[in-house]
Amino acid sequence: MGTIRITTCSFMLSLLLVGNAQAAWTLNLTPGVTEISRSVYNLHMTIFWICVAIGVVVFSIMFWSIFHHRKSRGAKAHNFHEHTLVEVIWTLIPLGILVAMAVPATATLIKMYDPSDAELDVQITGYQWKWRYQYLDQEIDFFSNLSTPREQISNEAQKQAHYLLEVDRHLVLPTDTKIRLLLTANDVIHSWWVPALAVKKDAIPGFINEAWTRIEEPGIYRGQCAELCGVDHGFMPVVVEAVPPAEFEQWLADARAQQDAAAAAAGRSWTLEELMTEGEQVYQRVCAACHQPNGTGMPPAFPALVNSPVVLGDVERHIDIVLNGVQGSAMQAFREQLSAAELAAVITYERNAWGNNTGEAVAPSRIVQLLQGDGQSEQEGGQ
Amino acid sequence: MSTLETTTVTGEQHESHHHGPAAGIGRWLFTTNHKDIGSLYLWFSLLMFLTGGVMALLIRAELFQPGLQLVEPGFFNQMTTMHGLIMVFGAVMPAFVGLANWMIPMMIGAPDMALPRMNNWSFWILPFAFAILISTLFMDGGAPNFGWTFYAPLSTTYAPPSVTYFIFAIHIMGISSIMGAINIIATILNMRAPGMTMMKLPLFVWSWLITAFLLIAVMPVLAGVVTMMLMDIHFGTSFFNAAGGGDPVLFQHVFWFFGHPEVYIMILPAFGIISQIIPTFSRKRLFGYASMVYATASIAILSFLVWAHHMFTVGMPLVGELFFMFATMLIAVPTGVKVFNWVTTMFRGSLTFETPMLFAIAFVVLFTIGGFSGLMLAIAPVDFQYHDTYFVVAHFHYVLVPGAIFAIMAGTYYWLPKWTGHQLNECMGRWHFWLSFIGVNITFFPMHFIGLAGMPRRIPDYALQFADFNMVASIGAFIFGFSQLLFVWNVIHNVRSGEAAPARVWEGAEGLEWEVASPAPYHTFTTPPRVE
Repeated sequence: MGTIRITTCSFMLSLLLVGNAQAAWTLNLTPGVTEISRSVYNLHMTIFWICVAIGVVVFSIMFWSIFHHRKSRGAKAHNFHEHTLVEVIWTLIPLGILVAMAVPATATLIKMYDPSDAELDVQITGYQWKWRYQYLDQEIDFFSNLSTPREQISNEAQKQAHYLLEVDRHLVLPTDTKIRLLLTANDVIHSWWVPALAVKKDAIPGFINEAWTRIEEPGIYRGQCAELCGVDHGFMPVVVEAVPPAEFEQWLADARAQQDAAAAAAGRSWTLEELMTEGEQVYQRVCAACHQPNGTGMPPAFPALVNSPVVLGDVERHIDIVLNGVQGSAMQAFREQLSAAELAAVITYERNAWGNNTGEAVAPSRIVQLLQGDGQSEQEGGQ
Repeated sequence: MSTLETTTVTGEQHESHHHGPAAGIGRWLFTTNHKDIGSLYLWFSLLMFLTGGVMALLIRAELFQPGLQLVEPGFFNQMTTMHGLIMVFGAVMPAFVGLANWMIPMMIGAPDMALPRMNNWSFWILPFAFAILISTLFMDGGAPNFGWTFYAPLSTTYAPPSVTYFIFAIHIMGISSIMGAINIIATILNMRAPGMTMMKLPLFVWSWLITAFLLIAVMPVLAGVVTMMLMDIHFGTSFFNAAGGGDPVLFQHVFWFFGHPEVYIMILPAFGIISQIIPTFSRKRLFGYASMVYATASIAILSFLVWAHHMFTVGMPLVGELFFMFATMLIAVPTGVKVFNWVTTMFRGSLTFETPMLFAIAFVVLFTIGGFSGLMLAIAPVDFQYHDTYFVVAHFHYVLVPGAIFAIMAGTYYWLPKWTGHQLNECMGRWHFWLSFIGVNITFFPMHFIGLAGMPRRIPDYALQFADFNMVASIGAFIFGFSQLLFVWNVIHNVRSGEAAPARVWEGAEGLEWEVASPAPYHTFTTPPRVE
């Protein structure tokens, strides 16, 4: 008997431990890594302890009554039922406590609302279900997608330490620099949140919201979208990588070089195999959330691509939909999200995967042409 | 003497004076009797409570472990949405209207509600509203999946086609609530027995009078906002569509102008019930009657001035944030007064702990915990960390489950012997109480921790550091959920059998409802009593 109980017990324990080798039983808010996040944490703890103190007093009186004034102990009911002075006192004392809470809260809020003298501006745009980061004046612009493999989500593979909190490209920011964040959204409302920075701000289509941060310690800080934004709301994490300013300058240079290389890749000629390999990667990263890894989609919102008339039909129409999206549907315009080579690859992949065998390859140069051509016509239209 | 005179003067109405209920299903379909309609509301609410509860258990089952096991994210979102809508509009609100129907006429010495035919109508449109709402689960594209707060443009441009049915269902629920509220106000203001002055009204009646005014004020706002959605979806307007010059934040302002008073619509009648029960089992008059009335009215008025504390992260200007933060903190004052009054009522009383009292005491303690987390959420700079996390989920479940729902159960146990004529089975009542009390805390207390640790709400899958407490919460949810079968058993058992209950069911009970026999006759106070 005893052994069975111990075995069961240790089995349960090991379940907890193995299941979460990483995890402590986290109980509280993080103090974070900015001055603001620390004052928020201190406010939180102050108010928490005030609530605990009030609770202890009120519940002690209540439980004292429950134990001592019970009928079974012969308690006789007294007859008092009104006392104006007491009522006034217990109206005024809480009011005083509230004022005492409001003062530091107001001070912190005023600090949070002062984005002046920012040294770096980053525009953050929420898309269903990814973030776009544009470093204004730095010519850097990229999307950040969840990078946790689907097999881990569907329990076919062991979940890694940063399950659901990892992305393909981090938002790299310099430490000890006041950074202004400008938030907006492309489709529905999202909310950009990193607990360690105590920044949570809604990204709203048609609005540009402002927030700021000054990170004090280098490190990787993880957060998530906080506002319900559709089916994959739970799968659009935020990962901030804070590095010292010198390292940040180096990163900027590397990132620019990488963007140039991607542009150059579109100029050379690609074989069908190359396009298919690259296309599959892009598809799984960007398209599979809606159209599903095997192209079956989730109709009616997300149509199937297998045997789809668009995918098997006129290539120009297929390209147009991928580049420019479909108005009034969940299909986004990918012209800015992917490079010309990636666009060509993914379209080629869709036209030749899962039994769709058109045998057609879309050349990256064709996409470059289209992107540039459209740019020109837009400019003409503007004049 | 007077009865004899009445009979001779209006002899032809004699038959209708003392008739009992009609036979068969017609009794329920065509009834204008406040007791029958009260029972219909309560049974309907119980059915919706169980339906919404099954959805909650599906949610908790999916969240038992990280990874996607049982349901797809799309269906998960439908479940969170439908669970919220059904619990708010189908379980809590109709339960309070049912209690109001049963008890208000008996408490103020009126023979029935002021507008009995409208009363029938306001109940009978509800099943249609929920049939429409629940049928969306079987439609192409699935049920509404944008959360019970249905923020635009997720609920307009990006919504499934079933959103139109959802809008229609909300309209019907709103009409039902408004008719119910009009009826309650008309009854309380016009049908009080001679001598039943306003400041003698039982607190349940007072709290419902104030709640009914809230309903009339905000239900049209809800109807307005869903109609604007309908226009955006089908008639080419752009109220909430930024691309057409509209404003998605406008939706939130209008919604929460309804939504915050709605929160108090779900808690003020609970305050009323608790204010009836605690004095009874303390055998002592309620402490600070007048201040209780004023506190309830203050909470109701403040509820119109705090809506944007649900929107601290939308990017309001600093002055807006400060105004809504201060106004929200103020609510703690009248709410505190109520808690202090309840505790002082118990102080130096002669307490016993029958099932209704157990639920009432649990209400005071756990609602206060929900109040504390509410106060923390009011602090705007800290709310940036709490907003849209499980901390919020913990907060509003603490005020709604061991708050509103425990009060409804306390009220049901308190008045059930009056309705059925049978004494409670105390043993089974206690089992139900203790399992619910333990279950509710195991479910919702850990949610404070996972919220503070950083888990957003409304996600079907989560990072590994949230795993332990999610598992605990899911276990608690199943304990709480299955304990409610005991409640169903208790109610059905009490309807069918039990010791005969006297007119004054509880030793310390005061009020007109305890003057009539148990079970209450089909018609009570056809001759108004005189209140001294």
